[in-house]
Amino acid sequence: MNRDLRFTALKKTPFHSRTSLASRTNKYYNWNGFTVPTEYSTTELEYTAARNGTSVMDLTPMCKYMINGSNANKFVDYLVTRDLSQMEDNTVAYIIWCNEDGKVMDDGTIFKFSNTKFMLCCAVKIYNWLHDSAEGFDVSFEDATDTTAALAIQGPTSCSTLKNYGAEDLELLKPFGMKQYNINGYDVLISRTGFTGDLGYELWTDPANAENMWDSIMEAGKELKIRPFGMHALEMTRIEAGFIQTNTDFMAAEGSLRPVRMRSPYEIGMGWLVHLNKESYFVGKRALKKEKETGNSERCLVGLDIDGDKPAVGSVIYNEKKEDIGIVTAAMWSPTMKRNVALASLKRPYGIKIKENIFAEIYHPEELEYKKIWAKCKVVKRQFFSPERRNKVPADLYE
Amino acid sequence: MAKNTHDVIVIGAGHNGLTAASYMAKAGLDVVVLEKNEWIGGAAVSRELYPGWKYSNCSYVCSLLRPEIMRDLELYKYGLQIIPYEGSATMMRNGDYYAHYHDHDMTINSIRRHSHKDAEAYERYSRDVLRQCKIIKPLLKMTPPDLTSFKPKDLFGALEFAKHFAAKDELGGLGEKEIYDTIRFYTMSIRDYLDEYFESDITKAHLAGSAIIGTALGPCSPGSAYVLLHHYMGEVDGSVGAWGYSRGGMGSITKAMTGCLKAHGGEVKPDNEVVNVITKNGRAIGVATKKGDEYYAKKIVSNLDVKRTFLKITEESSLPGEFVERVKNFKIRGSSGKLNIALDGLPEFPCIPEGDPGGGGDMHFTETIEEMEGAYDDWKRGEWSRNPYVDMCIPSKSDPTMVAPGKHYMSVFIQYVPFNLANGGWNEERKQEFGRHIVDCIAEFSPNFKDLINHYEVRTPLELDNEVGLTEGNIFQGELTMDQLMFNRPVPGYAQYRTPLKNMYMCSSSTHPGGGVMGAPGANAAREVLIDMNIPQTGNYY
Repeated sequence: MNRDLRFTALKKTPFHSRTSLASRTNKYYNWNGFTVPTEYSTTELEYTAARNGTSVMDLTPMCKYMINGSNANKFVDYLVTRDLSQMEDNTVAYIIWCNEDGKVMDDGTIFKFSNTKFMLCCAVKIYNWLHDSAEGFDVSFEDATDTTAALAIQGPTSCSTLKNYGAEDLELLKPFGMKQYNINGYDVLISRTGFTGDLGYELWTDPANAENMWDSIMEAGKELKIRPFGMHALEMTRIEAGFIQTNTDFMAAEGSLRPVRMRSPYEIGMGWLVHLNKESYFVGKRALKKEKETGNSERCLVGLDIDGDKPAVGSVIYNEKKEDIGIVTAAMWSPTMKRNVALASLKRPYGIKIKENIFAEIYHPEELEYKKIWAKCKVVKRQFFSPERRNKVPADLYE
Repeated sequence: MAKNTHDVIVIGAGHNGLTAASYMAKAGLDVVVLEKNEWIGGAAVSRELYPGWKYSNCSYVCSLLRPEIMRDLELYKYGLQIIPYEGSATMMRNGDYYAHYHDHDMTINSIRRHSHKDAEAYERYSRDVLRQCKIIKPLLKMTPPDLTSFKPKDLFGALEFAKHFAAKDELGGLGEKEIYDTIRFYTMSIRDYLDEYFESDITKAHLAGSAIIGTALGPCSPGSAYVLLHHYMGEVDGSVGAWGYSRGGMGSITKAMTGCLKAHGGEVKPDNEVVNVITKNGRAIGVATKKGDEYYAKKIVSNLDVKRTFLKITEESSLPGEFVERVKNFKIRGSSGKLNIALDGLPEFPCIPEGDPGGGGDMHFTETIEEMEGAYDDWKRGEWSRNPYVDMCIPSKSDPTMVAPGKHYMSVFIQYVPFNLANGGWNEERKQEFGRHIVDCIAEFSPNFKDLINHYEVRTPLELDNEVGLTEGNIFQGELTMDQLMFNRPVPGYAQYRTPLKNMYMCSSSTHPGGGVMGAPGANAAREVLIDMNIPQTGNYY
């Protein structure tokens, strides 16, 4: 039966023929309008691949935009809070951007090819916002989401896997560096970036190359403990790494129904990405400057080390007087650290000045009843896990 | 001759000694660990005996190591990473196989190929064994109460013990029936226990393996069901009963512990064998080493098994006669051997389909409980089993750090192997004969296995005794039977890590809760030392 093609259901990524074949559990979810696996076999084993071998994740649904034009560099610097004026060609930077009220819209990575060519990767669609913000700049935008296939190749053996695949001298690529390769007749851009907090790379290529790239990488990593990796495992690794997730740890400003849910960079631990001394104006600068000067940020996003082994998923956080002081946005038992960790949004001064006597109320499901656990928490650095191999140059090789 | 003074001396750098030492160093004490071998780790070691191949020479898999200990000692910072197993399988002579998987429902589907009834009985069995695991879990961290004592600590301890036995906190309390079940479980044979659930030989044989590993009991011996529990009560991240590899081999565990110890100012001195505990007026005050050095300390903690501690390095005259008698009678029979094999490639096991995760963990080829009992009968006669039970695995299938890509390391644990070999005992020739016999047994299931062998290390109970220091080669540093567990371990009246000698303590697997790379005896002993020194304890374990 032929479907009327004007009707668009969830899209399949160019890797779908491979990811669906690799899936033993048939568990999928909807990521930005695409069908991608949540889990291929067992989340625990997939997670382990990212800390032990090589994990492979289909990143295609990420929003990807090409920014071209003689003012591209100026535009990008105007769009985001970070000072990118000194950014070198062939490097990547982690960025956030705000609306005029200084509230965070999303975070992402910006790839610089030259002063006139960039690629922006992010979670929330921004094509319209880019156009609205571009007035007065000589720039053009191309939504490359559907036209760029992307894979994340992460884990301690990932460099060796990609070298086997054909990425020569990859071990010399620095963190946040990128390099253009031609492998098996196709252009492949490899960046040393990722969302796992480990050694890892992201690969960007033409959708026509997707199946060949997947097959070749799987073969290249055969002896290096390679395994496809779903969303659940990614969630675990990103919490350990202390990375934030839009609409999980904070609401995207332009998507928040309730204005009180919007957060400034200072309220989600991203103050370090706000360069108020940047010469040129950037979106939200006025509001952020004022917030910085008055010090009236209301919240903060912190890491918590929680007693016991029951993850504090969705827990409310209290002070010792049992007053509600915040909420857990993401929580897990860390298999690597054997720690019960969480990211939490707290009302200041909790988390900033007051770091002790904080408690999580955990509802642990036990056969149709909840066990209520009152667990002591310690405010700790949000980046829970950051192994040495993550930033090592040359990267570790397994030979 | 050098004289050294510290707060604490730990004798033996095995995992329990290092755990105890790390906790004490974290509490601020100046700790030195003296180790007889040139390497660190006791039975949790990774050594490269053949260039390019790292072996887990003794212990080979991890499950029992308490997560609270890994958390408190921050072992991840010093490189520890546990890699969960993907599954396990028993190969059958008819070319078929029986497998368990990480996923419960995949396991049920797999058992059903052999018996529809067993597949469903497995649900009930899993629940009952999990219940036992939940009951015992809080007991592992406890110092067993002395049931004959009227000290408040022991009276409260006994109450606490009883409360846990009724699983008040863990399971909301057990009924009379479940408590009877528990008591039966602790004393039954694994054969009788499994017969209450399963009908097919292969299901029973696969499950019974955990009840005989490391013990000088057969599957029909009363008490063997507990040994199964001892192998199930561990976990990998909340998955109770799951096993995993330690990345880089079991030596990574003791290496990480050493890292923690050093970060807190402690020190390990390899190649320093303690030959004598120095006593004065009924107190232990120091130790003398083979090299002729003397070390003095406020507290001395022995990680050697109870027999070695009191019959080899302590003057008998400084100990009560009855205590010495009890120690002499402590059962510590060696029953296991091991082969560590360097392979040039991945051996094929045609019974298991290629890519089946069942082949990713432990593999066996014992198909019935009767075969297992037969293997035990050989041991009773002082012979190695002609048809042995093996627990073999290929860690390099999951761990990229043991060997170069494409090469493999195989660990083969063998049950049963006697310490006292009949007809003249062990010598090099008979050791090699034993090794060849095991290789032949495996080759029956793997046509290309022999061709891939580059090198193998043969370990009999004799090596475990001589090299590692486990008396008679017993991997648990003492049999895990009710007469030697909890308040009876190692000796009634001395189950609280203290000894007849003041200031001398035990932290080995000869103490509660017993063997396996668990760390609990070490952490429990450290707690008792700190209590006696009035030093507050912190962390997730206490």
